[in-house]
Amino acid sequence: MAEYYLKTPISENDVRKLRAGDVVYITGIIVTARDSAHKRALDLARSGKIEEIPIKLEGLAVYHCGPVVKKVGEEWKVVAAGPTTSRRMEKVEPEFIKTFKVRAIIGKGGMGPKTTEAMKEFGAFYGAFTGGAAALAAAAIKKVREVHWLDLGIPEALWVFEVENFGPMVVAIDSHGNNIYEDVMRNARAKLDEILKTL
Amino acid sequence: MANLEDRIINAVVELLRIVETKLPSDVLEALKQAASIEESPFAKAQFEAILKNAEVASKESIPMCQDTGLIGFYVKLGDDFPIRSKLNDLLIEAVRRATQEIPLRPNTIDPWTHKNPGDNTGRHIPFIHIELVPGDELEITVMPKGGGSSYVAQFYSVPPVEGIKGLKRVVLEAIYKIGPLPCPPVIVGIGVGGTEDLVMFLAKKALLRPINKRNENPEIAKLEEELREKINSLGIGPMGLGGKSYALGVNIEWAHRHPATFLVGIAIGCWAMRRGTLRISKDGEAEIISHGVKL
Repeated sequence: MAEYYLKTPISENDVRKLRAGDVVYITGIIVTARDSAHKRALDLARSGKIEEIPIKLEGLAVYHCGPVVKKVGEEWKVVAAGPTTSRRMEKVEPEFIKTFKVRAIIGKGGMGPKTTEAMKEFGAFYGAFTGGAAALAAAAIKKVREVHWLDLGIPEALWVFEVENFGPMVVAIDSHGNNIYEDVMRNARAKLDEILKTL
Repeated sequence: MANLEDRIINAVVELLRIVETKLPSDVLEALKQAASIEESPFAKAQFEAILKNAEVASKESIPMCQDTGLIGFYVKLGDDFPIRSKLNDLLIEAVRRATQEIPLRPNTIDPWTHKNPGDNTGRHIPFIHIELVPGDELEITVMPKGGGSSYVAQFYSVPPVEGIKGLKRVVLEAIYKIGPLPCPPVIVGIGVGGTEDLVMFLAKKALLRPINKRNENPEIAKLEEELREKINSLGIGPMGLGGKSYALGVNIEWAHRHPATFLVGIAIGCWAMRRGTLRISKDGEAEIISHGVKL
């Protein structure tokens, strides 16, 4: 278990060094995207309008998060910003990684085999931030640089955060096909089968 | 009367502020207890973050989780409390104000147009359940419920011949199915019997009971313990990264069933189990009894 401090833009080389179980902190730019933002970004890319996406995502970290924010004067302040359940994005994430070349997906609860495969193929990792730890996450977010697609609602908008040592995150899916959640659930299945026989 | 209405609104805003920022003592104790038995470094790190987060949120009075939930009220309205159906409007107004003042994340989405009114209210939301009771007091319990834990709610119809064995089976299969998704360690609320609507209501209501309080029926209390041990033995652990604690507690509430059905509802409360109760006298004296705060 090694500890890494990454800066955005994150290179493929940075990502390939990471192994499942390592601990990672990110400094730089992370962009929130949930269900609706994933859908809109991919719809634009599929219809050849990729330049209409207001931020270039290559090398950045995508954060599955819908923050609590408040507007003070002209500036947005982040009040609380923990991760949301990543599994909802499983259907669209492989294409998202391929299309936008993001290097990190941050969330909680993990992702499935298709995303694991895409991370292996294109060089990305999944950073597990403790679910619900919204006050801790907010403390690492130094500034709201931009916000786009507010018409989707505050939780679903694209929030562009400047972060400093955002973490700790566990590398729960690495770019070599390892997925801690799948290992844990495989053991749980075996144990469950054992228990079911004794009921 | 206008004065009493204002007091109710103010007290409910305060209730929401406390509930969103401070964990109930039973949950905090259960988390500390669970943290103390973990051995894996991943599991330990999750508990460390959870407990530190709870401390920061409480100290700085900011929501402990960014998902401040869809809000549900469970009300006991005394026969001689002077405000009656107007109470619905007061609770809705309190939610609007709390959303601005705390602030809360606006979470209500129109399923057809995807529009978000921005104030945590909408059709049938906040959810309000009113029970009429003797006396002249008003008791309001609030449970804001995050989407991550509601996303994984389960409903089962167990063949009645399978009975309690079937109940155990579906609960364990449900936990395997939802695994890391709902921010474990969690509280598992189980409803048994009744009708399709009632069984889910009971499952959710089970989450209102403190973790350290078992069902008053000793046989059901034993079943709660047995299920908690079995769930934890799956080893899914905090945040699904492996470990000893997945369920902080299992709470069962039940109703008589139809001969042809054995319904089971499962509601999950994430570790950020936000709940609290406010009591208001007919003269407007208010106390948040769950957190020991006089207003």
